[in-house]
Amino acid sequence: MDLTTVWFLIVGVLLIGYFVLDGFDFGVGISLPFLGKDDTDRRVLINTIGPVWDLNETWLIVAGASLFAAFPEWYATMFSGFYLALLLILVALIFRGVSFEYRHQNKGQKWTRWFDQFIFWGSVLPPVLWGVAFANLVQGVPIRPMDGGGWIYEGTLLTLLNPYGLLGGICMLLLVFNHGLVFVSLKTIGDIRDRAQALAKKVGIATIVVGAAFLVWTIIMRLESESLLLIVICAAVAAVALIGAWIANAVRREGWAFAGNAVAIAFALLAIFMALFPNLMHSSLDPAYSMSIEGAASSQKTLELMTWVAVFTLPLVLAYQAWTYWIFRKRLSREMIPAAAH
Amino acid sequence: MNEILDPLVLARWQFGLTTLYHFIFVPLTIGLSLLVAILQTVWVRTGKVKYLKLTKLFGKIFLINFAMGIVTGIVQEFQFGMNWSNYSRFVGDIFGAPLAMEGLIAFFFEATFIGLWIFGWDKLPKRLHLMTIWFTWIGTTVSAYFILAANAFMQNPQGFEINAEKGRAELLDIGAVLTNPIALSQFPHTIFAAIMFGGTVMVAVAAWHLKRNQYVDEMRTALRFGAWTNIVAFLGVGLTGHTLGMTMTQAQPMKMAAAEALYNNASGADASFSLFSLGTPDGAHEIFSVRIPYLLSFLSNGTFDGSVEGIRNLQSDYTAMYCSGPDTLLTCPSDGQFAPVIWITYWTFRWMIGLGALATLVSAVGLWITRKNKELPNWVWKVAIWTAPIPMLASLVGWTFTEMGRQPWIVFGVMTTEQGVSPGVPGWAVLTSLIVFTLVYGGLAVVEFKLIFKAAKAGLPEIEHLPGEGGDGTGEPDPQKLATVY
Repeated sequence: MDLTTVWFLIVGVLLIGYFVLDGFDFGVGISLPFLGKDDTDRRVLINTIGPVWDLNETWLIVAGASLFAAFPEWYATMFSGFYLALLLILVALIFRGVSFEYRHQNKGQKWTRWFDQFIFWGSVLPPVLWGVAFANLVQGVPIRPMDGGGWIYEGTLLTLLNPYGLLGGICMLLLVFNHGLVFVSLKTIGDIRDRAQALAKKVGIATIVVGAAFLVWTIIMRLESESLLLIVICAAVAAVALIGAWIANAVRREGWAFAGNAVAIAFALLAIFMALFPNLMHSSLDPAYSMSIEGAASSQKTLELMTWVAVFTLPLVLAYQAWTYWIFRKRLSREMIPAAAH
Repeated sequence: MNEILDPLVLARWQFGLTTLYHFIFVPLTIGLSLLVAILQTVWVRTGKVKYLKLTKLFGKIFLINFAMGIVTGIVQEFQFGMNWSNYSRFVGDIFGAPLAMEGLIAFFFEATFIGLWIFGWDKLPKRLHLMTIWFTWIGTTVSAYFILAANAFMQNPQGFEINAEKGRAELLDIGAVLTNPIALSQFPHTIFAAIMFGGTVMVAVAAWHLKRNQYVDEMRTALRFGAWTNIVAFLGVGLTGHTLGMTMTQAQPMKMAAAEALYNNASGADASFSLFSLGTPDGAHEIFSVRIPYLLSFLSNGTFDGSVEGIRNLQSDYTAMYCSGPDTLLTCPSDGQFAPVIWITYWTFRWMIGLGALATLVSAVGLWITRKNKELPNWVWKVAIWTAPIPMLASLVGWTFTEMGRQPWIVFGVMTTEQGVSPGVPGWAVLTSLIVFTLVYGGLAVVEFKLIFKAAKAGLPEIEHLPGEGGDGTGEPDPQKLATVY
């Protein structure tokens, strides 16, 4: 396998890491108005992700930087092309990030309500917009090569808001919402755990239906693709994992349900990457204009260097992050929120 | 109207704004995390509760600030792609590598251990918990190194070659990129400046309480610790600043000429440093100035009889070098001007040095007058409180000098800034993001400062039980207790 393909996979792994990990804390943020009946509930919910949301979000930063280093053309074309969508994501992430730190710094209903709103919208917008963006990459966007090298995006924000793109956005939103609900039932005890589980049953059904529609549409769109078989396999694994997760949740095997959702998100993204391969962006103007992995990649030297860095650091990163999850493995309950916090 | 909606101008404003704003929080993160780590170490070694209380107080201020550093950092990373896509595709091969290394090596590390530090007070054994704050500091510092190495490539590009066929710069030697002399002197310079900022914030908080006669014992400790920190850090800033100045003169002679508004070559006594100067609006003619002979030569070369090149001489050299030949399109600015905006470089250079020295002077005087435990007049404490933001301002004008002094190039001698901007991003989109970031950043600044003031004024926390020893007297950490509740 050549290094460009290796880096396509490494960037894939980083993005999967981001959507699986930050995915569940987005889901917890989205669940805030649904599961948080009072302030204590909301504190329990936010504390389930307290120690880990920051390191989960780091996966995005590292994925972004790796994209910059390994596929500068992709980084440059996508982020200048999807300008306003990315701006919205950034603003959402800013508000969400500071809210976790600032919410509890001041007493007073109004203050806390504001930050609850920021956490909710900050958790809804990014998955929707990322979903829209990724779906559009698969479907094809109006890009063309420029004279001096590189590609240019010729659409607008509205170009991205087509039926398939929007379905991708809703699909991603439901996936992370479902993922977050299962995480809450895995991490809490008492009434809130039951309510999370019950809601996950309902949201799970919707996720399965929308997810299936999205994956089938993706397959139909890429019937001509060389990697059709791989796309179908990945989509099938995602579907089975999602259904398995729903059943596990229904019989209250929360650990299995959470793992099932993680696998579903990972394989849904893999299906998307396979549908992209061997391109990074399909051009809707002319297939010949598409941005290939080769064409977007850095020099061999940079890719080699980055491969060494990734080989040495990623296992270490996974180890110390797993350790963090182990340290904070205990379930939370209302009783653990000290009275002084009110 | 076209003037207002010029994507280049707007993108430059946005970059300047978001970068300087990011740089308010990052130095405090770097500086305070070190000071907090030291305080916590002293607590672990001596067992004196005083140090634990101080650790908690300054730890809280550090955390409020940390959140802002993170979220504004995400913007930094993505705006290269959004606003400077030509630049990104041209240098991504080299510039992206340190950024990605920063993420993989340092940022993951920092983000993980900060979580363990915040939430691990009662879950980790005392010494392991102490390690997490040191790891956080190491993470922030290593992270700063990679970012500064990326920036140093823009100031003094090294370890690359131009691939004409692909139309981009490609990596030749990562060792040269990471050991860029600019990075090597800029890194300690920046870190020491950050530590100074941490120190003055500590002094200010302590002074606020001492003025009110609260927590006198603890706050005296904090005040003197902060003041000593400043003095030691300033020595570091000064020494590394001098090295940086000489390296910079080598790499970017125009920047040093612009820092002094020196129009013609000068040497020996003529290569003087002006403390203050009044001139015509374009800076080309001087009306009045206060000068120290030989000093500019010393700042630039390390000797008193060296020579320094002037703006006019460099302008004609650069025109010959960069405005003829095959690469002209990327290296020759459209107006043919190679000098940055002189009044900005001139004054930011002076303010950077002056503010840093002022903060240190205050600390030194403060140490002298607080050496004995006696009553002090109110104004002493007021001065100490108002010193808090001075190193921050020095850092901000210092960065303005560094980045504005690089103009008209985005990568010195390789690509002009105007060539780096995103094609195809309309001016109104950049204007939208400029307005949005200005409003969001402005609003958050108010919130952040209010929260820091509140935390600082709240004073020392009550310690109900010693962390890492549980509340039940068994000596075991109590995993049921939440250290932090959102």
